[in-house]
Amino acid sequence: MAQSNRLPSGGRIDRAKPLAFTFNGKSVDGFAGDTVASALLANGIRLVGRSFKYHRPRGILTHGSDEPNALLKVDRGPGRADPNNRATVIEAVGGLKLSSQNHWPSLEHDIGAVNDRLSPVLVAGFYYKTFMWPRSFWDKLYEPKIRAAAGLGVAPDVPDADRYVHRNAHCDVLVVGAGPAGLAAALAASENGRRVILADEQAEMGGSLLAERTATIDGVSAAQWVAHALTTLAGRANVTLLPRTTAFGYYNHNHVVLTERVTDHLERPDPKLPRERLWQVRPAEVVIATGAHERPLSFADNDRPGIMLAESVRTYINRYGVAPGRRIVFATNGASAYAAAADAKAAGLDVTIVDTRPESAIGPEKALAAGIEILAGHTVVGSTGGKGLTGLIVAPFTAGKGVGARRTLPCDCAGISGGWTPSVHLFSQSRGKLIFRADIDAFVPGISVQKERSAGACKGTYGLSAILAEGWAAGSGAAGADGSRLFAAAPATPTGFAPARVLPTDDDPKKVRAFLDFQNDVTAKDIRLAVREGFESVEHVKRYTTNGMASDQGKTSNMAALGLLSEILEKPIPQVGTTTFRPPYTPVTFGAIIGSARGQLFDPIRTAPLHEWAVEHGAKFENVSLWRRAWYFPKAGEDMHAAVARECKAVRESVGIFDASTLGKIEVKGPDAAEFLNRIYPNAWLKLEPGKCRYGLMLKEDGFIFDDGVVARLAPDLFHVTTTTGGAPRVLAHMEDYLQTEWPDLNVFATSTTEEWAVIALQGPKARDVLQPFVTGIDLAGEAFPHMAVRVGEICGVPTRLMRVSFTGEMGFEINVPADHARAVWEALYDYGQRFGITPYGTEAMHVLRAERGFIIVGQETDGTVTPEDLGLGGMVSKVKRDFVGKRSLARPDMALADRKQLVGLASLDGRTVLDEGAQIVADPAQAVPMTMLGHVTSSYLSPSLGHPIALALVAGGRTRMGETLHVTTPAGFTTVKVTAPVFVDPEGKRVNGVQTEGALHA
Amino acid sequence: MLLVPCPYCGPRPEVEFHCGGEAHIARPADPNALDDAQWAEYLFVRTSNKGVHAERWLHSHGCGRWFNALRNTVSDSFLASYEMGQPRPALPTEGGK
Ligand SMILES: [Zn+2]
Repeated sequence: MAQSNRLPSGGRIDRAKPLAFTFNGKSVDGFAGDTVASALLANGIRLVGRSFKYHRPRGILTHGSDEPNALLKVDRGPGRADPNNRATVIEAVGGLKLSSQNHWPSLEHDIGAVNDRLSPVLVAGFYYKTFMWPRSFWDKLYEPKIRAAAGLGVAPDVPDADRYVHRNAHCDVLVVGAGPAGLAAALAASENGRRVILADEQAEMGGSLLAERTATIDGVSAAQWVAHALTTLAGRANVTLLPRTTAFGYYNHNHVVLTERVTDHLERPDPKLPRERLWQVRPAEVVIATGAHERPLSFADNDRPGIMLAESVRTYINRYGVAPGRRIVFATNGASAYAAAADAKAAGLDVTIVDTRPESAIGPEKALAAGIEILAGHTVVGSTGGKGLTGLIVAPFTAGKGVGARRTLPCDCAGISGGWTPSVHLFSQSRGKLIFRADIDAFVPGISVQKERSAGACKGTYGLSAILAEGWAAGSGAAGADGSRLFAAAPATPTGFAPARVLPTDDDPKKVRAFLDFQNDVTAKDIRLAVREGFESVEHVKRYTTNGMASDQGKTSNMAALGLLSEILEKPIPQVGTTTFRPPYTPVTFGAIIGSARGQLFDPIRTAPLHEWAVEHGAKFENVSLWRRAWYFPKAGEDMHAAVARECKAVRESVGIFDASTLGKIEVKGPDAAEFLNRIYPNAWLKLEPGKCRYGLMLKEDGFIFDDGVVARLAPDLFHVTTTTGGAPRVLAHMEDYLQTEWPDLNVFATSTTEEWAVIALQGPKARDVLQPFVTGIDLAGEAFPHMAVRVGEICGVPTRLMRVSFTGEMGFEINVPADHARAVWEALYDYGQRFGITPYGTEAMHVLRAERGFIIVGQETDGTVTPEDLGLGGMVSKVKRDFVGKRSLARPDMALADRKQLVGLASLDGRTVLDEGAQIVADPAQAVPMTMLGHVTSSYLSPSLGHPIALALVAGGRTRMGETLHVTTPAGFTTVKVTAPVFVDPEGKRVNGVQTEGALHA
Repeated sequence: MLLVPCPYCGPRPEVEFHCGGEAHIARPADPNALDDAQWAEYLFVRTSNKGVHAERWLHSHGCGRWFNALRNTVSDSFLASYEMGQPRPALPTEGGK
């Protein structure tokens, strides 16, 4: 496409480097240095999107990150398509594929535009009012329809192919914004070696100076001054320049987060580079130099493609060498648009100025408009054109006397200027307090809370000399030097404007659609309606109308809405207040936030020393907290059910081998170790002899169980404590909390040894036979090494802490060996065990075996509201100890209520229904809804040992219900169960001693 | 993200810490001497004041030690951090500003 609107000369684009991209499939030509917006305009493309609610044709309003309209989908290839990018900030790159959004079937012919005719219906609060009744319509009709219509653009449906990284940085001074104030600040701050980071969201640093045609600073052109400043800064080793980097969040304690776009501007980026880099910076001082945003003017049909901000017209002409139109009308209420008009005229364009101020109120800026027709004291009452502006309808008006005869000024571009709003977002995010300055009709930074200072236009300072001096002082002050410098900038910057909320009109104000928030399609009418309906707080009006809630966060609309609200309520603006600014300043990609934390790096994966053996032997794995544990070991043709049944059978009849290494282990050592355990566990420890183990329930001070495990006393001052797999960190933290804060007098050390020791569990009648040949220094005979004993010796020539414990109900050993030797010991046992049919089993079989024996699992049978007594383990709680953690709470009357939920077994009456874990239990399934729930199923399996389902449950007053019939929910309705004791195999506990209880197994 | 002053390690980012709630609430020497209401008070009731607040912090991903710190809950600024067992320090700036 020809660059019909490219000016013959000028601009900072590189005309020697042409490029081409596509927009809605059509080729667009541009030059290096263009943004997509400037290239589209150069190609005469004004219509770039459809608005969110009314699907109105929209064009490019701004030249920066405040753009509300020109949101495009960018396609850089598979996995690199991204919706809602602002055309004004995407750098033009050869080969980009861009498309407009929010229309069907095409941008030019959009069915959704019917919403525009329905606009009398689609007023503020429409959704709140309409989609309330009947309730049944919500799920089937309203929600799906709203979802389909909501949001702009289409989310990508494939994984992001790019890479994102995070970086932490410290510096003495962070300067945000590299316009005149930011450059001066960075120069001053870095003079004496202080580490300075200068970040700017644009590709090129210089800010507004890049669009100056006539300004000079200290005798050189603005462009030369910028080039010199950047050369100086780049030459200082203590300065880091970060272009294309947005400071989007200002958090506590001077924590500022930046996002740097590293490769989006490159046609063929180095694959080693990340797409974006998130910087977490903790500067000692921050200089905010973020400039100001121009306000649009609000009048009927102020949203036609071709209408843009006056300063944006100036920027497209001066910085990009693009004429946004050939006949341009500048409509303004202030001085700055005169500079834009002068530059447009200098570029050879046809220019007219419409000024809402009376002739007498126009200041020295008038001199800039030599040779330009000025219609002073005129209002804009409308515009003409469909998908592109053809004219502005203006009329003279006098305050108090009304609007005179209309006339249409033909034009293909309008530059509108409603004054300026300092960009106080970061200051406000830092929790600084804003103050309102009536003289410039704007909020500016007031009282600081963090170590920051603002300079330049973001502080309401608009004259170039003053901006530079203020920037220098801020940079110097931030570096602790308090220096000052004067800058001679010429000509004087035209400043000042007469605030206008909605331009006067002779139309019925109820019918006029003057847009404030272009992205969310909020009009002045909507604000008035919200107030009529009783919304007066600025925060309520914002939410009801959605003004300022789009992805641009109302950068161009907040002050207009606030000013209008203040007029309607007849309250001064400071009393109306302003809405809160929250991060991010501009949209941030999810990729940048997530960084490398995706896929395998999302969370660490912990594997125990025997993990590789399990992998080699075909184990299926499950996640248990961060651990990956062998779940079951299927043989060819086996499903999980068959594998688990075989594994369980081997343990009950011969011997199974199990990797229990993930169990938490804490070594508790010191002269007061026994006293400490005596206080932290409810059972008694002082008299436990070295060489013995004891099962302990751990309570929190509220009396509820929070972990359990076996504790072995190895010496008078040394205990080997085990915890659940998931509970190890919190148990250690719990112990440390008491040791450090409540009982610092106890001489005890608690050390995590989970990864020191691998644990091999040998369980089953033949366990001892497998173990015997490898152990030295320990007598394994029954009397010498009874159940719940611990010995220290050697296995396969390496040290072991050998425990005779059982979590299956069978005779069992848990062999603790140093992690590095785990595989050698395991393989020796496994090889020798072949003669007994040794069978590796996984966590699923372990769960079934322990449930058959009625052993609980913390987190399954407990949920933070369960006491030892509830589980039938009240006997473990010492009655004689004066105190232990949780004791006082167990004495509360509620802990002794008869209808507390208690652990019971459930037998399905049909003998085959395996209950759902979590299923609710009721006494009478015919009772009225809502039913009285008695409790829920906590564990449920098909027992391979018994051949029928078993379940554990917590049931109100459960122990008094033995033999009762209850009803349990299933997906197909209720099923009937009988309450039993919570032990299904070997209730007398004989099998741990090697006694075979054949009858009990197949009852 | 807060910068939490560990008295042992110096200022470190908040993600390294766990906040343990209000400080200077000692476990009663003889819990059995308390009636249910008093015990519930100890166990559950905490002040949630606006302004300077003494809190327990654990440098869990650092030195692993508990300490107390004074934080202004309005501004989030830390005014002091001190070892467990030490009394709450008086603040010269507290009250008058
Ligand atoms: Zn520390």
